[in-house]
Order: sequence, then C-alpha cells, then structure tokens
Amino acid sequence: MTTLTNTLATRHEPFDAEARAADATAVSGFWVYLMTDLVLFASLFATYAVLHASTFGGPSGSDIFHMPLVLAETLILLTSSFTCGLAVVAARAGGARRTAAWLVATLVLGAAFVAIEVSEFASLVRLGDGPSRSAFLSSYFTLVGTHGLHVFIGLVWIVALIAVVLRKGLTRSVLRKLVLFSMFWHFLDLVWIFIFTVVYLMGVSIV
Amino acid sequence: MTATSLIFGKLSWALLPHNAIAAGGALFMVFCALAVLALITYFKRWKWLWTEWLTSLDPKRIGVMYIAVSGIMLVRGGIDAILMRTQQATSVGASHGILAASHFQEIFSAHGSIMIFFVAMGFMFGIINLVVPLQIGSRDVAFPFLNSVSFWLFASGAVLINLSLIIGDFSTAGWLAYPPLSELAYSPTVGVDYWIWSLQISGIGSLLSGLNFLVTIIRMRAPGMTPMRIPVFVWSVAGAMSLVIFAFPILTATLALLSLDRTLGMHFFTAGGGGNMMMYVNLIWAWGHPEVYILILPAFGIFSEIVPVFSGKKLAGYVSMVLSIWAIVFLSFLVWLHHFFTMGAEADVNAFFGIMTAVIAVPTGVKIFNWLFTMYRGRIRFTTPMLWFMGFVVLFTLGGVTGVMLAEPPADYQLHNSLFLVAHFHTMIVSGVLFGYFAGLTYWFPKIFGFRLDESLGRKAFWCWLFGFILAFGPLYLLGFMGATRRLDHYSAALGWQPLFIVAGIGVALIALGFAFQVAQLVRSVRRRHENRDVTGDPWDGRTLEWSVPSPAPAYNFAVQPKVDSLDAFWAAKQKGNRETTEYEDIRMPKNTSLGMFIAGFVFVTGFSIVWHIWWLAALGLLGAIASLFVRTFSEDTHAIIKANDVAWQDVSHAANARPV
Repeated sequence: MTTLTNTLATRHEPFDAEARAADATAVSGFWVYLMTDLVLFASLFATYAVLHASTFGGPSGSDIFHMPLVLAETLILLTSSFTCGLAVVAARAGGARRTAAWLVATLVLGAAFVAIEVSEFASLVRLGDGPSRSAFLSSYFTLVGTHGLHVFIGLVWIVALIAVVLRKGLTRSVLRKLVLFSMFWHFLDLVWIFIFTVVYLMGVSIV
Repeated sequence: MTATSLIFGKLSWALLPHNAIAAGGALFMVFCALAVLALITYFKRWKWLWTEWLTSLDPKRIGVMYIAVSGIMLVRGGIDAILMRTQQATSVGASHGILAASHFQEIFSAHGSIMIFFVAMGFMFGIINLVVPLQIGSRDVAFPFLNSVSFWLFASGAVLINLSLIIGDFSTAGWLAYPPLSELAYSPTVGVDYWIWSLQISGIGSLLSGLNFLVTIIRMRAPGMTPMRIPVFVWSVAGAMSLVIFAFPILTATLALLSLDRTLGMHFFTAGGGGNMMMYVNLIWAWGHPEVYILILPAFGIFSEIVPVFSGKKLAGYVSMVLSIWAIVFLSFLVWLHHFFTMGAEADVNAFFGIMTAVIAVPTGVKIFNWLFTMYRGRIRFTTPMLWFMGFVVLFTLGGVTGVMLAEPPADYQLHNSLFLVAHFHTMIVSGVLFGYFAGLTYWFPKIFGFRLDESLGRKAFWCWLFGFILAFGPLYLLGFMGATRRLDHYSAALGWQPLFIVAGIGVALIALGFAFQVAQLVRSVRRRHENRDVTGDPWDGRTLEWSVPSPAPAYNFAVQPKVDSLDAFWAAKQKGNRETTEYEDIRMPKNTSLGMFIAGFVFVTGFSIVWHIWWLAALGLLGAIASLFVRTFSEDTHAIIKANDVAWQDVSHAANARPV
C-alpha cells in the first residue's frame, strides 16, 4: 500500500504538510474500516461454517453450484482488480482521461460480476431454493450476497469517481478518493478468494 | 397485499398504547418533547441551538450532546427500573402488582437495552469526545465529520427506541433477544424489530466512533508524545476502541441475521429449517463480553487520571497500568462462553472459559492496587470525583469477587439466571462504569464549561447513590442465593422474599434521590457559575495537557501546538515554570455542517420503515442518506481559518490568569 500513499505524495501541486498528513490519516482510517468489514465477513463465514450442512432436506452446495460460472465470476473480478490497479497507475502518471477509461473498464467488469451473481440467485429462487428454504441456503445467500452488495456499492462509487475525475481532473481530493476506492476494491477481491475457496471449492468437493 | 399495506406497511391507529401506564408514559414523553420545543421557541434559541450545537463539528460540543442524550435516556431507563422494583415489591401472593406480565417483560427488555446502548455508551463517547483530543494535544479528531455522523446515528437510535413507547410495542425478549423467543413465530409484533433497528443504527454509530478515536490516538498525538508518554486515560480509550473495532461488526452481523430471519423468513436461528439458536447466543456474546470491557476500560482510565491529581502524586505503576489494559483487551475475547456455561458444552470447554474468566481478575487487581498505592502517603483531597472513586473501589472489588464466583462453572450452574447474577453485573456497571463516568464528568466539567460543579450537592448525590446502590443490590445477592430467578414478575408469599424486595425498592428510591441531587447540582452550578468560575484553566492542579489551556477550552483547543517531552507533560512544564514566547499561526478548523444530522435522519427513516415494513419509504431513506453522503464527499469548501491575531489575543489573556508556580 506504500505505493498508493506515494501516489498522493508524488503529485506536483501546491500542498502543505497538513494536507499530506490528512491524506495519510484518511488512508489509515480506511485500513481500520476494512478491518471492521473483515470482522463482519468473518462472522458471516463462521455462520456459514456452522450451517453449511443444515440443508434440512433441501439441496446441498454440490447440488446447486455451477462451477464454470463461478470460475468466470472469479476471473472477471480478478481482472477488474487489475484494471483498477491500472487506473491508479494512470492517475499517478497524471492522465485523467486514461484514469477514467480504466475506471470504466473496472465498472463494466464489476457490473458483469454482479449480473452473473444476480442471475444465479434468481434461478435458485425460481427453483424454490431461495434463502428461506434451509439454514444452509440462508447462510449461503447472506454470505455471498453481502459480498455482492459490497461490489454493487463499489459500482456506485466508481460512477461517481468517473464523473469527478472527468470534471475536476486529478486534484488532491480526487486522488485520495481514488486510492481509497482501490483499497476497497482489492479488499473485495480478497474476500471473494475466500468465498471461492470455502463456499464453492469446498462445497463441491466435500459432499 | 392491499394498497393501504403497500403505503403504510403494518402501521395503524390501533397500535397506539391502550393500558394506563404505557399510555401515561407515552403522553408524558410527548409532553416533555413539546415543552422543550416550546421553550426553545419562546426564548428564541433556535438559531443559537442550530449554529452553536446541532451543526457543530467541535468534539467538545458533540461530547456535551452525547452526555445530554444519555442523561435523558438515564431518566427513561431509571423510570423502567423504578417500575420493575415497584412491581417486584408488590406482586406477591394474591396481589399482582402494577404491571401486566407482558408489560413487565417489555420494561426489563427496554431497561437493559437503554442502559447499555444509550446511557453507558453515550456517556462514554461523550467523555471521550470531551477529553481525548485535549489530552493528546490535538486540535481535533481524525475525522470530524464522521464524528458528527456517529453522534447523530446514536441520537437516531435513541429516538427510535423511544418511539416504540408511542407506536406499537417493544421487545419482550430481554436485552439480548435470545431466539427462538425473538423469532417471528414467538414474537410476531414489531417489538423485536424496534430493538434490532435502534441497536443497529446506534451500533453502527459506535463502530464509526471507535474507528475515529483509534485513528485519532494513533495519528493525532502532539509531537513527542511517544507511547510511554500517553496519559493512561488515552491508553484506556485506545484499548476500548480496539475492542469496539473487533466486537461491534459481530453485533452488526448478528442483528442483521436476526432481522433476515424475521423479515425474509430465513433460518439462521429459527427452531425449524435447520437454524441454530445457540449460534446466536455465541455470536451475541462474542460481541457482548468485549462490550463490558469497552465500557469499563475508560472508567479505569478516568480513575487513573483522578487519583494521582487528588493525591498530589504521580500514578503508581504507569507501565503496569498500560500493560494491564492490553491484557484485559486480549483476555476479553476469550471468555464469552461464561455467559452460557449451562448450554451443555463439555467440561473441558467450560473449564477453559472458567479459568480465562478468573484470570481477568489479575490485571484488574493490578489496577486496584496501583490506585491504592497512588493514594498511599499522598496528600489526598476528598473532592467529589475522589468520593466516586472510593465508592467505586470498594463496591467494584466486591462485584469482582462475585464475578470470580460466577466464573466457576459448578457454582454458575447454581447461580445462572438468578438475581445473584443481576446483582453482580449491576455492581460492575453501576458502581464501576457509571461511578467512573460521574467522576470524570465532575473532573472535566470546568474544562468544557469554564466553571466547577457545586461540591456540596455533588457530595449529597454521591452518598445517595452509594447507599442507594447498596440497599438496591445487596438484597438481590441474597435473593439470588435463595433461588429468586431474574425477570420475575410474581412470586408466592410463602417464599418470604417480599421484605428483601421492599428494601431493594427503597434503595432505588434513594438512587433516584441521588439523581435529583445531580440535577439540582447542575442547576445551582449554572446559577452560581461566576463564583465557581475557573479562571486559571487548571482548577485541580492537573498533570496532563488539557489543563494547560483556558477553561472553557477554545474551539481550536491549543493556541500553539504543544510539544511533549515526558509523561504528565503539563506537570513537568509547571515544575519548569518558564513559559516560552511563541509565534502564533492561522488555524484551519472544519466548518459547521448539518449533513451529519441529515444522513442520520435518513437512516432513522429507513430503520423506522423497515420496522413497519414500509418498503418504499425505506428505499427513499436509504437514497437520501447516500445522496447526503455524496454531497458531503464532493463539497470542497469545508474549512474556515481562525486568524493568528485572534488566537494570540486569547492566549495571552489566559497566560495572565494561569495558576502561579
């Protein structure tokens, strides 16, 4: 993350020590926020671990998971993390339009991820295997859905970021928002790796 | 779904309160609120209230508002306590007391929830806001706007929980709403939903505050304030806020899961569908036990500031004080299972948690001894804060011993769910947490308002609280041994419990008298503020940085950025005695904004709408909150400059009055 903080420090704008300290404070505050979000996800993972076998006569994970689609979701989200990183690199080089372009790419990939997840959820509900079917499905929908909700919030954030990058250029405050967003987005990637492993891979291998 | 239910959800006129006591309470509350609004209008104070207080981002102002709200909630929770004591003193044999069983259940649920979330938490964040930036030599917190949002979320939660008194009902499932009782099947009304959403909203506020103050302490300390020069109160807050950060997300998740069960028919904790209600109990206590330490650590910190100042000595064992704080922080996450030894976990599990629980007494004992060693051979001034401390140290030690008793699983099997337990945790929370905060408020009051609180009424309040407490909870220990369970609304006359319950009732009346003295103390102190004015800025001969600035502390706290080269920095500066001449600079402070209030207001609308299943309004509230957030994030003109000349003028006039060395 030092590179991200450096992104803020290498800008050639008139800034004082106060603004630099405020940037660093914002970044450390956001780290603490991510830790709290991690505890929230940890609680949901623990819940899933307790309830994953409580299928109550309904389907188990191996009955409902479509691994090719899940793999596609994973690759899409990982790629979006890469494009998000490229947006930060572009911002560091001072290219506002290029930054916005990479953000648009991130937006498209993120939206594709959410679309796949929503269609998966919708088809499960159509088959009668919605979250109220069993404790396993409640915990599955809640854990994966909470991650999806985070990604959706991220999408709203990207839209606002694109608008402000194009309108104001790469000012200090815009850069700070970009850095915080990229931390958020990479964090969601990390959480997804755990979901992919714990929910999907372990779900289809352990019957 | 009919059109009416689409628009109004589950709301209807039939839900207004019917029984006399509930309706009386609701009317009284509405009357008080209207009276306050009328008075503000009559005295033409709206503009003042808005610009000086409601929109302020000054942590000192926000702190005062926290304490004001928690004081109001203390009255509400206290009335609940009086009703419960009256019921238990009178509902014996043929008599069934003043409350219906279901109303009694609502009252004990509300009492616990209110006292923990809206009195203790609010009071704690109030004092933290008042003191932490000043003690670390900072002009502000790390995120001033976030601080305002946190406060207003807390206030929104408080309004929501009180609203349950007027429209609908409150939870009857106890202060932690164990399932399956709290599930839709057994609690079909909106009571539990009110409980969930008022706690959820204020809990998110607490989480954000925890983040804010932890980052403030890590990043905003004055130059030279290395870790071992941090005042113990700040250390205790750092410990408590670390606990907030790790514990409150668990609460957020748990409340959300219970809400999903109730509103979307999921099966996390239900009796059917594969749900697991013991998981709820584990989750809620994984938050709940650290919560107890979140509340008590700052009280420990307050006493660690007060005892040295009023003993005229430095704190004994500073390093061991700091280490014991972190030992408590660590251990507090390893004891949650002691809240349900009787769940039936195997003996090894119970033994582990029993031992860990007993071990917590060690760092706590270290603190008790250090305070006593500080007093030993000190020149003690028996001021009101010191009285609160001495009341605390006796009662808290007794409460701690009963805690070690409860930590033994075999004993716990006997005492679980009895009034012995109720007496134990009230000893910790009232004579620990509350006495500590009262002491802190009395101690720091002059720094915020510029005058001291009246001593003689403060003493009277203390003695009433002390003896009231002993009378109210002493009998509960005995009743617990005699087999009286908690949450009892009626018992047989043959048991012979009534005299003890009557004594407990008298105790509560005495506590109420103590509170009345505190109100009188505040009124008299405001009236006689000119006699009690603190012109020196250092009324108690203090040791830490907050006493180096004028009272009341200016909005920017420090005219010149202080530099720290030892523990008890202000004491060291006073010993040296030389006041360096300094250059003043312009100071940049955040401007007032009402957006924090708007964000929390929209969140309140969302919470209320979810309680009543008014989905369109919930969505609207959420959109409003997000829009307000965007407005704030993308606004540029958020700071104002205070000119160096003004700063210099105020600072020089303070220097002329400072305590002579």
